[in-house]
Amino acid sequence: MKLFLKIWRQLNASSKGEMVNYEIDGISEQMSFLEMLDLLNESLIQLGERVIEFDHDCREGICGQCGIMINGRAHGPLKHTTTCQLHMRSFKDGDTIYIEPFRAAAFPILRDLKINRKSFDAIITSGGYINAGTGQAPEANSIPITYEQSEAAFDTAACIGCGACVATCKNSSAALFTSAKVTHLSLLPQGQLEASKRVIAMVRQMDAEGFGSCSNTEACEVECPQDISVLSIAKMNYEYNKAVLLKK
Amino acid sequence: MKNTLNNKLIMASTGLFLCFFLVIHLLGNLQLLLPEDVAREQFNWYSHMLSGNLLIKIISWILYASLIGHAVYALIIAVKNNTANGKSYQYDKRNFASAWNSRNMGILGTILLLFLIVHFKDYWYTYKFTALPVDANGNKDLYEIVVSSFSQAWYVIIYEISFLALGFHLLHGFFSASRTLGLYHPKYAKAVKIIGWFYSIAITGGFMAIPLYIYFK
Repeated sequence: MKLFLKIWRQLNASSKGEMVNYEIDGISEQMSFLEMLDLLNESLIQLGERVIEFDHDCREGICGQCGIMINGRAHGPLKHTTTCQLHMRSFKDGDTIYIEPFRAAAFPILRDLKINRKSFDAIITSGGYINAGTGQAPEANSIPITYEQSEAAFDTAACIGCGACVATCKNSSAALFTSAKVTHLSLLPQGQLEASKRVIAMVRQMDAEGFGSCSNTEACEVECPQDISVLSIAKMNYEYNKAVLLKK
Repeated sequence: MKNTLNNKLIMASTGLFLCFFLVIHLLGNLQLLLPEDVAREQFNWYSHMLSGNLLIKIISWILYASLIGHAVYALIIAVKNNTANGKSYQYDKRNFASAWNSRNMGILGTILLLFLIVHFKDYWYTYKFTALPVDANGNKDLYEIVVSSFSQAWYVIIYEISFLALGFHLLHGFFSASRTLGLYHPKYAKAVKIIGWFYSIAITGGFMAIPLYIYFK
């Protein structure tokens, strides 16, 4: 199939950037979206032009590295998919596709479609962990937990940190990302000890990084590749309110 | 402790108080639907009783504070969110993933604020600060003012549009506030969403019925 692409090109963080038109032919519907971009880049190399830079790594939907705004939606037209798991069968011959980076003040553009998501790392660093003594791995069955509880914790631990929640949020809020980690650890016995300290630190860091506030539009859940529930945001609010009320 | 979650807590608590107030306000106003003689006497007595009661006075101060707080914090949050958004998308179809009213609480709220200015001027100010004719029991005749204002079609239309905006505002606001307060249990979260629907429809329908009833009577 033949496609008309409008792609955001930006040399570096401080340059202005603009949409540039490209035409590409010979795309098969079995190709992934990123393979289509690879093909375009090959043609740009042959022309001696600068290639279009985009984030990607595993290309099997588990690493959270890829993330592009495709036709105005995070990770493209499908729900709960990463960009690498989007295939060209979702488009048809002669389509015009708008391709932009995820945008938020906390996600500065490095080049073209490549953004800096270190603000997410800072949120995790502020409290998204447990303190445990090092040494040999402890006996796994020494801490009892029900199957349902560990599954619920894993549902939120599945967050791959792609940033689609922020990109699709009208306020660029990182509530879903932050709440996924807060909920994950608050559901596990190992996470209880530092629960209140953790939630206050992570909420503060989320604000310090310049993310907006959550309006509960629930758009993030729709675009999240891991289908993380917006109820984890409610759980974070609960943990936060409890922590603030009971703080000594 | 100034942060996004605290700001939202102020929005949620003031919003829920306003939700509570709307129930009382609607129940009082439903007296306007009684037969004219009874309605005039009872509604004027009710209005007089409210303005003299200390408890009602305290609640009305909380009400004014909630209204102002809700509007001011909405503005603070909106400015902050705008900064967080940075540069906007060239092509934006993110609307697909969420409901219209959930994204436009600010526009709906602005309509409500403009409505409140008219509403306060025409009833609150008139009742409290101007001399009015009295009814047979010697109470200020607020009923007459209500009936005469709703005999004008344009006035009824302004009210009906505002109540529609209120309905959509409540539909998102009621459940959103409960989530901000931390209601995360799936069963009760669903229950609150359903209660929110019933609440919004009942409040909106009730308020919309009164001007129409008076106009077509």
